Amino acid sequence: MTALALETVTKSFPSVEGRVEVLRGVSLDIARGSAHALTGESGSGKSTLLHIAAGLEQADSGRVLVGQSDLTTLDEAGRAALRRGHVGLIFQQFNLIPSLSVAANLGFQARLAGKHDADFIIHLAQRLGVADLLSRYPEQLSGGQQQRVAIGRCLAARPALVLADEPTGNLDEETGDRVLDLMLELTAETGAALLLVTHSSRLAARCEARHHLRAGRMEGTE
Amino acid sequence: MTRAALAALLSHWARNKLQLAMLLAGLALATALWSGVQALNAEARSAYATAEALLSEGATARLDHPSGQIAQESFGALRRAGWLVSPVLEARVTLGDARVTLIGIEPLTAPPGAGPALAAEDLAAFFSGRGFAHPQTLREIRDVPREIRPSEAVPVGTVLVDIGQAQAILQSDHLTSLTLAQTQPEGLRPLETLVPELRLLSPGEGAELAGLTDSFHLNLTAFGLLAFAVGLFIVHSAVGLAFEQRRAMFRTLRALGLPLRTLTACLATELLLMALVAGAAGLVLGYALAALLMPDVALTLRGLYGAPVPGALQFNPLWALAGLGMALGGTALAGAQALWRLWHLPPLAPAQPRAWAHASARGMRVQSALAGALALLAIILAVYGTGLLAGFLLLAATLLAAALAVPLVLTTVLRLAERAARGPLAEWFWADSRQNLPRLSLALMALMLALAANIGVGTMVASFRATFIDWLDLRLVAEVNVIPRSQDEARALEAFLAPRADAVLPMLRVEAQLSGQPAQIYAMKDHATFRDNWPLIDPVPQVWDRLAAAEGVLVNEQLYRRSGLRAGDELDLPQIGPMPVLGAYPDYGNPLAQAVITLPRFSEIWPEAPIRQLAIRTEDAPTLIAALQDEFGLSAAQITDQAQAKEISLAIFERTFVITRALNLLTLSVAALALFAALVTLAGMRLAQLAPLWALGLTPRQLAGLELTRALVMGGLTMLLALPVGLVLAQVLLAVINVQAFGWRLPLQVFPGDWARLGLWAALAVLAAASLPALRLWRQGPAQLLRVFAHER
Amino acid sequence: MGRGGLRQRGCIWLLALLLALPAPLMGQGFAGLGADAEGFAVPERGRALDFPTDHGPHPDYRIEWWYLTATLTGADGQDYGVQWTLFRSALAPGEAEGWASPQVWMGHAGLTSATGHFAAERFARGGIGQAGVTASPFHAHIDDWHMTGHARPGEDVLDRLELHARGSEFHYTLEFTAEGPLVLQGDQGYSVKSPEGQASYYYSQPFYTVSGMLHLPDGPVEVSGQGWLDREWSSQPLSPQQLGWDWVSLIFDDGHRMMGFQVRGREGFTAGTWITPDGTPTPLPDGALRFTPLARTRINGRDVPTSWQIDWPEGGLSITTEPLNPSAWMDLSVSYWEGPLRFTGTHEGRGYLEMTGY
Repeated sequence: MTALALETVTKSFPSVEGRVEVLRGVSLDIARGSAHALTGESGSGKSTLLHIAAGLEQADSGRVLVGQSDLTTLDEAGRAALRRGHVGLIFQQFNLIPSLSVAANLGFQARLAGKHDADFIIHLAQRLGVADLLSRYPEQLSGGQQQRVAIGRCLAARPALVLADEPTGNLDEETGDRVLDLMLELTAETGAALLLVTHSSRLAARCEARHHLRAGRMEGTE
Repeated sequence: MTRAALAALLSHWARNKLQLAMLLAGLALATALWSGVQALNAEARSAYATAEALLSEGATARLDHPSGQIAQESFGALRRAGWLVSPVLEARVTLGDARVTLIGIEPLTAPPGAGPALAAEDLAAFFSGRGFAHPQTLREIRDVPREIRPSEAVPVGTVLVDIGQAQAILQSDHLTSLTLAQTQPEGLRPLETLVPELRLLSPGEGAELAGLTDSFHLNLTAFGLLAFAVGLFIVHSAVGLAFEQRRAMFRTLRALGLPLRTLTACLATELLLMALVAGAAGLVLGYALAALLMPDVALTLRGLYGAPVPGALQFNPLWALAGLGMALGGTALAGAQALWRLWHLPPLAPAQPRAWAHASARGMRVQSALAGALALLAIILAVYGTGLLAGFLLLAATLLAAALAVPLVLTTVLRLAERAARGPLAEWFWADSRQNLPRLSLALMALMLALAANIGVGTMVASFRATFIDWLDLRLVAEVNVIPRSQDEARALEAFLAPRADAVLPMLRVEAQLSGQPAQIYAMKDHATFRDNWPLIDPVPQVWDRLAAAEGVLVNEQLYRRSGLRAGDELDLPQIGPMPVLGAYPDYGNPLAQAVITLPRFSEIWPEAPIRQLAIRTEDAPTLIAALQDEFGLSAAQITDQAQAKEISLAIFERTFVITRALNLLTLSVAALALFAALVTLAGMRLAQLAPLWALGLTPRQLAGLELTRALVMGGLTMLLALPVGLVLAQVLLAVINVQAFGWRLPLQVFPGDWARLGLWAALAVLAAASLPALRLWRQGPAQLLRVFAHER
Repeated sequence: MGRGGLRQRGCIWLLALLLALPAPLMGQGFAGLGADAEGFAVPERGRALDFPTDHGPHPDYRIEWWYLTATLTGADGQDYGVQWTLFRSALAPGEAEGWASPQVWMGHAGLTSATGHFAAERFARGGIGQAGVTASPFHAHIDDWHMTGHARPGEDVLDRLELHARGSEFHYTLEFTAEGPLVLQGDQGYSVKSPEGQASYYYSQPFYTVSGMLHLPDGPVEVSGQGWLDREWSSQPLSPQQLGWDWVSLIFDDGHRMMGFQVRGREGFTAGTWITPDGTPTPLPDGALRFTPLARTRINGRDVPTSWQIDWPEGGLSITTEPLNPSAWMDLSVSYWEGPLRFTGTHEGRGYLEMTGY
C-alpha cells in the first residue's frame, strides 16, 4: 500500500535570472512501513520535494498522493488537515514549540489530530530516553535531545508518513547516528513510511531504498 | 573605517523600514506632545506677563476700596498731599460683539508700563477716544463704535482707553483703584490718615494669575510628561530590538577589527541622528498641535480664571531648543541600555538572541519589587501627603507602580489560564502568550498607562460634570438677572420690581482678605431661594436662621478646605471681627475664597457697597423682562434669563476639559502606536515560533486568527487591569488634586458606559495594531514560514 | 526697552511743544496737530496786556508758562539756585470740564548747589483740579507744588508769592517779594523769536527779593537772594530750522537787570531787554547781543557750553559767565540745562542760564 506517491512533479521559482526549474518531472513511490532516503547536492531540489510532499508548497504540475488523498486537489486548509492527521515532519531545527514543555510538545500533534494516547507517549519517551526531561522546556535541551523529542512528537500522532529533512544535520556524528537509529527503529515499529532527505550517503545507506536527485531530476533509485 | 561601520549599521534600517518608521514616529510623537504642551504653557505665561506689564502691576503698589469703587476726590486729595498716585477704572463691558474688560488709565500720572507707553504715542488722540486692544479682541469686537487700534501689548479681552473715556462709557464718576509710583516723595502725610477707607495692596497682590493658574499648567505638564514617557517606551523597544537583531553584525564588525569604542560611538551617532530627525519632526508636530489646541486652552483659562490668554500661538526659538533637548535626552535614556550592553558584549557573543523568557525572569523580580515599593510610596503619600505636588507624586507613584506590575499580573493570569486550558491549541495559546509577554510588556505597560489615565481623567470629568450640572440647577434658580448701570438705577429697579416680582435679591459684595487669601464677602438676603436650594457641606443646625440672625458666616468650599475650617470655627472678617463658620457651600469654577453674611449686617458695615446685580424670582419671566426693557431701556447685555446663565456656565465647563480630553486621546493613540510597533517588530521573530505549528498542520489563517486573538486578549487583560487603576486615579484626582488645585472635593461617580466605549476604542486600537502583522501572516504566511525551515537560514 | 526709554519717547513731543524745541524732535508730535497753529489764537503785535487777567492761563493759546528762578545765598555762605516752572500745553484750544479738558500741565522743579543738582517733575490733566492757575487771588499749582499770591490790596497779585515744590530728595518753601514793577519784554510784551516772525507774549517780574528754606538730603538751609519770574504764552513753535536756545536772566550788582537769548539754527537770532533799576526796559534787536561759548561740559553724553562770553557792544557790556554747578542738567522726561551763574567782566552780578536743544 502506497504511503506517498509523486507523479511527474514539476516546480519552478522566480528568480532574478527568470524562472528556475527546481523539479523537472520527479516521480516517487513509497510503500507503508518502508524507509527511503533522498540524496542530492545542495540546490538539487530535495528539500523542495519534501516540502511538496508535506503540502508546505504546491507542485506546478503532476500529482502528489499521500495515502488516498491527492494533495494537488486540496486547498491550504485541506493540506493542513492532512498534515495534522497523516504526516509527521522533522526538520534540522526549529522543530519544537518553545513555549511548551517537553511533555506538552510530545503530545501536541497527537492531541491536535485527536489521536492522543498517553501510554504510547510514555512508551515513546522511554524509548527515546527523554522520560526524565518531560517537565523541561526545549531551550533547556541539547540538540540531540531536542531532535528525539521531535521524533517522539511526530510518531505519537501515528502518522502514515514521516518526512525528515536533514534531521541530524545539526548534530555531531555519534549523536546523529543514535538519533537516526531511533528514528528508523520507531518508524518501523509504528508502520509509518519514512522519507529521509540527506546529503550524506552514509546515512542514506541505512535506508531500504535510496533516490538521488540531480538538477531537479531523479537520477536513480537503488 | 568609521564611515564604513556607520554605513553598515545604518543599512539595517534600510532593510527594516517599518521598524525605523516606528522608532522615528515614537520619538517624534513623544517630542510633539511634550513640546506642544510646553508651547501652550509658555504662551499662557507670556500672556500673564503681558497682562501684568500693561499697568506694571508686578512692580507697583495699589490702593483700592472694599466696595470696588473709589471716589475721584480721593485721587485729587492724594495728589494735592504730594502722593504720586494714578487713577485706574476697570470694568466688564459689552463693546461691539464682545464682552471685554475695559481699563481706563491716566497716562500722564501712570507709572511706566506698556499701557501708558501706548497712550503716549499720541496723547491727544488717546484723550479724545482712541483705544487699544489685542488684535484678537479687536476681531471679536468686530463693529467697533470707536477708534481702537490693535496692539500686542494689551492682554486679550481687554480694551485700554483713557480714564475719562472709560468713565464716559461706564457713565461713572468713580475709579476702581489708584496705582502708586514706585518712589514717593519723603515726608508726606501717611495714607492711613489721608484715605483711611482705602486698602493698600503690595506690588503683585491681586494679580495672582500665575499662581492661580499653576495647577492648570502643572496638569498640562503632567500630561505632556506622561505622553513623553509612553513615547519613550516605543523608542526603547525599537532600539532594543534593533540591537538584538544586529548582534551578528556587531560580532562581524568586531571580528573585522573595529574597536569597541568606535562601534559604540557609531551606535551613539546613529541614535543622535535619529533623535535630531525625529526631534525636528516632533517640534513641527508639537507646534501644530499647540496651535490647534491654543484656542481651547485660551478659552479655558479665560473661563476658569479670567486669565487673558490669546488664542494664537507665537513661535519661540528657545522653546524649539528645549524641545530638541528633550528629544535628545529621551533618546539617550531609551538607548542607554543598548549602548551599555554593547559596551559589555564579549567580542564573540552568540549571534542568536538569548531566550527572553529566562533573561527577563530576574528583571521581572526586580520590576515587581519596584512596583511594590512604589505602591507603598503611593500609600504613604495618600495617607500623609499634603499639597499639590504630593498629589501629583501620588498620581505618578500609583501609575508607575501599576505599570510596573503589568507584566507580573499578566504572567500570573496567563499561567492560571494555561492551567485551566483544555486542548493542545489552548494550552499553546496561553503558554505562548506568556512566553512572549516580556517583548510586549513595554507596549502593554504604555497601553495600561494610557488607558488608566483615560479612565481616571474621564471618570473625574464625568463626575465633575454630573455634580456641576446638579449644582447649577440649584444655584441658578433666579429666573431673571439684571445688571444695573448705576446705583440710582439699581434702587429704581428695586422699587419697580418690589410689587411685580416674587422676590428681588440684590447681589452686593466687597473685596477682602480672608485667612490671608484674596477673597470676596457677599451679602445674602434671607429668602427661600437660598434656604431651599443651596446645598451645604457640614452645616450647623438651623444654619439659615442663624445666618439670618447674623450669628455667623457661610464660606465657600475653597476657603473651607484650603484653610482647614470646620463648622463652628471662627473666621476673622475685616471690620466685623471673628464670626463662627456655619457651613460651607460648593462654589465650582471660582478661584477666590468667599464668605456670605446676611444682607442687613452687610449693609451696616459697607453701606456704600454698590448693587452689582439683581436676581429676580418671578413666575412670568418674559413679561417682566419686557417690562424692564420698556421701563428702563435695559440692554440685552444687562438682562440674563436662567437658561442663558446655565448655557454660559455649561459652555465654560465644557471648554475646561477639552484640552484634557484631547491630550487623553493623543496619549492613547501613542500607546496604540507603541503596541503596533511592538507587534510589527515582534512579527519577524514570531515566524520561527509559529513555523512548527504550521508544519504540524495549522493553516496560516488559523495562526493569524490566533495572533489577533492573542493581541485582543492581552489588550483586554490590560484594559481590565487599567480599570481599577483608573478608578484609583480618578479618586486621587477628585479627592486630592482637585481639592489642592481648585479647592473643591467631588463625589466619585462611575460611568460604565464610558468604560465600555473606551474598551471598544482600546479594542479597535489593539486590532488596528495587530491586524497588519496578522494580515501579513495570513497572506504571505506559507512563503515566510517556509523560509524558517530552509537550510540556508 | 528700558523704562526710561518708554517714558522719554512718549513725552518728547510734549516737551517739544512746551519748550518749543527745534524741528528734528517735532516732526512726529506736530504731525497730528497741524503746523499752522490751526484753531489756536496767535499773538498779535500791539495788543495791550491786561493785569491781573493775563497772569492767569490763556487756554486758547497752545503753550504757556509760569517760570520762577532765584539766585540764593545760604546761611552757610554757600550759593544756591532754585527753579520752579509750571507749563501748560493745550492739545486743542479752549477749556472743558473734567477729563475732557484738552489742557495738560507739567511742573519742573530744580535745586542747584555748587556740589549738587536736583530735579523733579509732575504731570497733570486739566479739568480735574490736579493742576491749574487762577489769576486773582493768584494761585498756581500742580499736585502739592504751588505758587500762591499773598499780595496786599493795591499791589499786583504777583508782588508777594509763596513757592513750594517737593522732589523725592528735596523740597523748598520760599517767599518772593517784588521790589519793582512788571517789565514787558520785546515790543510792549510782544516778543519776536525768529527772523520769520514767530512770536510770543512775554513779560517778567525781575525784581523779587527772596527768603525761605531749602531742604536738601544733607539737611535744611535758610536762604535769601533775588528772584525772577517769566510769563510767556504763544501758539507758535520755533521755526523748523531752529535747533534750540540759550537764555539768560542777569541781575547786576548795580540794580540793573538784563534778559537775553539766542536761538541757534541755520539763521541765528538774538534778542534781549536792558532793564534799569526802576524797571524801564530797552529792547535789544536781533544781532545786538553776541553769545560766545567758552567752556564746554560733558553731561549725560552731551557737550554743553556752560560758560559764556556775552557781548553788547553798543551798551559797552562784555561779561563772562561761570555756572555755580556745570552739571545742572535737568534729567527729566526731556532734559535741558538750567542753573544759576555768576558773571564778571565789564559788569558783575548773578543770574540764571537755560539751554535747550543740546
